[in-house]
Amino acid sequence: MSTVTEAARRAGAPRPGGGTIRSVRDSLVVARRNLIRMARIPEMVIFGLVQPIMFVVLFSYVFGGAIALPGQQGPIDPAQYRAFLMAGIFAQTVTFATAGAGAGIADDMHKGLIDRFRSLPMARGAVLTGRTLADLVQTALTLVVLAVVALIIGWRTHENLGKVLAGFGLLLLLGYAFSWIGALIGLSVRTPEAATSGGLIWLFPLTFISNAFVPSDSMPAFLRHIAEWNPFSATVQAARDLFGNLPPGYPVPDAWPMQHPVLASALWSVVIIAVFRTLAVRKYRSATA
Amino acid sequence: MAQSWRSVPLVARRPSAARVKTGKRKIYLEFPNSGRAWMPGAIYAEGLVKTFGDVRALDGVDIDVPEGTVLGLLGPNGAGKTTAVRVLTTLLRPDRGRAEVAGIDVLERPDDVRRAIGLSGQFAAVDEYLTGRENLTMVGRLYQMGAKEAKARAGELLDRFHLADAGDRPAKTYSGGMRRRLDLAAALVVSPPVMFMDEPTTGLDPRNRQQLWDVIQELVAGGTTLLLTTQYLEEADHLAHDICVVDHGRVIARGTSDQLKAQTGGERVEVVVHTPEQLGTADEVLRGFGKGASKIEPHTRKITVPVTGGAKLLAEVIRELDLRGVEMDDVGLRRPTLDDVFISLTGHAAETPAEGAGDGDGTGDGDAAAAGATGRGRGRRKRGKKAADQGGERRAAREAAK
Repeated sequence: MSTVTEAARRAGAPRPGGGTIRSVRDSLVVARRNLIRMARIPEMVIFGLVQPIMFVVLFSYVFGGAIALPGQQGPIDPAQYRAFLMAGIFAQTVTFATAGAGAGIADDMHKGLIDRFRSLPMARGAVLTGRTLADLVQTALTLVVLAVVALIIGWRTHENLGKVLAGFGLLLLLGYAFSWIGALIGLSVRTPEAATSGGLIWLFPLTFISNAFVPSDSMPAFLRHIAEWNPFSATVQAARDLFGNLPPGYPVPDAWPMQHPVLASALWSVVIIAVFRTLAVRKYRSATA
Repeated sequence: MAQSWRSVPLVARRPSAARVKTGKRKIYLEFPNSGRAWMPGAIYAEGLVKTFGDVRALDGVDIDVPEGTVLGLLGPNGAGKTTAVRVLTTLLRPDRGRAEVAGIDVLERPDDVRRAIGLSGQFAAVDEYLTGRENLTMVGRLYQMGAKEAKARAGELLDRFHLADAGDRPAKTYSGGMRRRLDLAAALVVSPPVMFMDEPTTGLDPRNRQQLWDVIQELVAGGTTLLLTTQYLEEADHLAHDICVVDHGRVIARGTSDQLKAQTGGERVEVVVHTPEQLGTADEVLRGFGKGASKIEPHTRKITVPVTGGAKLLAEVIRELDLRGVEMDDVGLRRPTLDDVFISLTGHAAETPAEGAGDGDGTGDGDAAAAGATGRGRGRRKRGKKAADQGGERRAAREAAK
């Protein structure tokens, strides 16, 4: 038992390095755990991929021939809609991945793992940060696969690599921000099932009352205002802009976020992270299964 | 009893002082090394109150566990055992009261408390997609061990808990017993001086339960202080030095297993007669020896009567029954179980199957059922007292006849 008491003494002594280092370390330990899980449940990653690919095909081939973009001249060109659509699908993909964060955390609560984590001398936010970081990795992988599919069906970017990467960066930042909302939902519901449906349901109005699939100027005035100030729209607009996917002659709405989409998108994401991370960590500290 | 308990010094208690106080453990003499000597090392709580809505899950709970001993929190579902553990392990803030674990204030320095404790909950809280080794390594890292150290410790624990062969398989392939062992191993990664185990053997088969008991006893022999909750009276009897009987968020009795049994009043003689016709005669004989009301169960032809006098008296009973021509299928001296203790204290049995599994911290149903049962309990005690008086008279008469 001497090794045992030794270990206890070591563990009892506060480690040098302070809060930040501990926080980063612990977050990475938890992120690693979640990534191992993902690798061992590949079907979850695969389903996460199938859905956006389905949306690409459905929207571009089913709706694409019927939707005329404003400013477009002559007969409807489905290829033009596909180019327009893609940023919307990318953005939808990163937000839908957030339901996973909520379900995962609710599952951990349900199985008593959150209790175990909370009884350990680890950084308070690390369980949630680790989870959201792991989700970010998964989202990035999904985006890569989806981009390849998009290239195959004819999507192209028309800006330099730096701008294109910046576009994907903003998309990932939005996904990361939303996964904190998912985390809060996961901590607030009683069952993993509730977290899955609760994590998805608000995403439908959020993604559809936006400029993701159709231009917002065809909507009734009050919906149009919502759509133009929707954080989701800002990111879609920014990505379209950075990919060079805005159709020629496309009228940019006057609302400030639409006029400055890159800045608006970044600001929205940072604000969402700041607010929901605070709320989620506070909820975690008092979480009861 | 509560009085003497309160007078125990709270903090920085020397192990020897605690030993004198409880006067029954020799564990401090066996302390293998002095690495832990700086620890006041106990679990202490005073006046814990926690309400959920209108349910008082904890209603003024006091707990004191001297270093190196095991306290069993015994009670039915919803008694408040899990809530008590959650408060002491920093998972839940009480509405009122204070608590110290390993000499550290739970409410003021929760993070320091977490360094000193291990928790093994009602569920095997392991990640089922991670291997046993990965689970333990992760927990070690989160206890702020270095990567190498955490890995080495995981290997040690897998060996010790007979999981070495399964160590590199995902935990979801484990049996229930293996998962519990892994969960316990995770709680022991830093060999915390203070351990909390919430219903550690619920749902385990007898062999796995025995294995877990062995591990727990080994831990305690090594000087670990343990608070254990259980619904199994046998388990508290077997493992705990002191027992707190908990019901409706209150500690309704505390003491050693023997003290609690003594409180319930001694042993009984149990006779099963061969034919129902002989029940009358046998009852007459038994009442002559009894110290209380006899209980007849016609369908099993069994008569039970409280006695004092042990084996010697049993021999007399048998002789007398034989003399009167009563044919016996079975006869024996039965010592009280903690079940008897529980019934005599609360008026209801420790198991309350009407409530759901798990310590739900009190539901309306449970309260209502228990309230009814308490009423019955009072009636029972009253009858018992009357019968005891009668028994006393009879004994006096017998003495006089001699």
